[in-house]
Amino acid sequence: MAKTMLMAYAALIFALAGMPAVAQDAADPANAFNRLLDPAAQRNPPPAEDGIHDPANAGTRMLQAPLEAFGPLPKRNSGNRVDWVGAQASGKIRPRWNAADPKESAAALDLNIVREVKGSMPDVVFPHKQHTELLDCGVCHPAIFEMQKGANQMSMAAILLGQGCGACHGRVAFPVVECRLCHSRAKKAAATGAAAVGRQARR
Amino acid sequence: MRQRLKDGINGWAALCTMVAALLLAAGNAGEARAEYGDVVMNQSSEAAGMRPVVFPHWFHRVRYSCKVCHSDLGIKLEAGGTGIDMLKIIDGAYCGACHNGNVAWSVERCDLCHSGKPGTRTQVHQSAIQKPLAPAAASGAKK
Ligand code: HEC
Ligand code: HEC
Ligand code: HEC
Ligand code: HEC
Ligand code: HEC
Ligand code: HEC
Repeated sequence: MAKTMLMAYAALIFALAGMPAVAQDAADPANAFNRLLDPAAQRNPPPAEDGIHDPANAGTRMLQAPLEAFGPLPKRNSGNRVDWVGAQASGKIRPRWNAADPKESAAALDLNIVREVKGSMPDVVFPHKQHTELLDCGVCHPAIFEMQKGANQMSMAAILLGQGCGACHGRVAFPVVECRLCHSRAKKAAATGAAAVGRQARR
Repeated sequence: MRQRLKDGINGWAALCTMVAALLLAAGNAGEARAEYGDVVMNQSSEAAGMRPVVFPHWFHRVRYSCKVCHSDLGIKLEAGGTGIDMLKIIDGAYCGACHNGNVAWSVERCDLCHSGKPGTRTQVHQSAIQKPLAPAAASGAKK
């Protein structure tokens, strides 16, 4: 009896000694260091661990892990964590324009549309080139955008709700966190605004 | 002494509960981990006794431009919006335009497409629109 009790104690002490590491997280999960940030270790998980594939399904084990495919591709900080435009431009991937003919390539349209932005953020440059290397005009015109500069209402709120640019960005194309990719042109207005502030300061 | 042992056992129980809770938390986080752009399609699959379908955008965009599927094959830019089903697939539409044993492995490999976790609903994963819903999902409100 005494012996079993001793063993129970030993086990308890062992458990307690081993506990702090667990306990610090577990004791107060309410104050975990990061509450809403996705931990780095959870990025690009293999299918069996991604929470949407069934690990008990035999086919799941045959699927490719994203990181295996992404290894040689240029990196980005969000979404798939791949710079898809860079990957295509450098020839690391060659997505077919025509499913039946690997040689056919897109007739890309090189036309930038500048949208002036309210407030402090740099203006938005919409590049037709990168888009028309992947997409037909018909996907956007007129279903998502009228084919005329300035004819479409756009705002960040609408984009985050999945309208306009948000029909693709934030779903499949690079996500909205990459502000600088869209807001890429310094404001003319901002420069003159700063100059005005400077003049006032001098006065 | 007996009381001490009881406390010990309670301690163990508490530890076990904590570990279980941690594991559970990790399991729940799964929803938020899926690869960006993965589409789960479950409009008819589970009701007909099959696992939901998982369509990986990243895998296909390495090989095809968006135009191939979203212009040439008439797939809508909306999870569940196209109304894909098995009959259309075996007749060569949508997934069936390629998964025909000629361009890509054929429809007989059911479990490569029907690989989703039971109970996962039709949606694109990691989307901006989905994010505000995450806390509700963590508390089990969503199924
Ligand atoms: C990814 C979506 C997208 C695709 C694909 C696309 N466009 Fe556009 N297009 C836009 C946007 C956004 C505008 C700007 C609309 C605005 O400012 O309100 C625009 C504007 C235009 C304009 C008006 C320019 C002006 O100065 O008024 C033309 C012309 C145009 N697109 C032609 C095309 C053609 C031709 C193609 C196919 C080769 C194409 N677009 C593909 C999104 C797209
Ligand atoms: C129909 C889908 C679609 C729409 C709508 C769309 N985009 Fe894109 N966009 C893409 C895709 C696909 C890429 C390729 C890069 C990627 O997938 O991350 C891309 C790339 C870009 C790039 C180039 C990024 C780089 O790495 O060089 C910019 C800038 C951009 N989009 C801005 C916009 C803006 C601004 C709008 C709205 C006016 C918009 N896009 C609307 C699909 C779309
Ligand atoms: C996919 C492209 C895209 C990305 C990514 C993007 N924006 Fe925008 N943003 C736009 C467009 C388009 C507008 C509207 C411009 C106009 O008024 O014509 C806009 C407008 C704005 C405005 C002005 C207010 C409004 O809603 O019109 C602010 C502020 C803004 N964005 C902030 C941000 C911040 C911060 C980020 C990063 C978290 C970001 N944007 C990422 C495309 C983008
Ligand atoms: C190339 C991918 C793919 C393969 C392979 C595949 N399916 Fe499907 N299947 C789908 C898609 C997509 C749907 C529609 C998903 C949804 O919204 O529920 C579907 C739906 C179904 C449904 C729901 C009702 C119906 O008839 O449409 C059944 C049952 C089904 N599949 C059985 C099978 C069986 C059995 C096999 C193997 C012989 C198989 N599937 C192989 C993609 C596939
Ligand atoms: C091999 C075919 C295929 C290719 C290539 C493809 N998609 Fe898709 N896409 C799909 C399917 C299938 C769906 C789901 C449609 C459904 O459920 O009806 C979808 C859905 C979408 C959605 C809607 C997601 C939502 O929010 O509901 C967007 C946005 C999208 N695709 C963008 C793109 C972009 C951008 C590209 C190119 C970089 C692309 N797709 C390439 C097949 C494809
Ligand atoms: C434009 C052609 C095309 C269409 C449309 C298409 N696929 Fe595929 N898919 C492919 C090719 C090519 C492969 C690679 C085949 C191989 O490994 O031999 C593939 C592979 C896959 C894989 C396995 C990825 C891996 O990890 O190896 C899955 C799952 C898949 N497709 C599901 C679908 C579903 C579901 C649909 C319809 C919603 C669909 N595909 C539509 C061409 C297509």
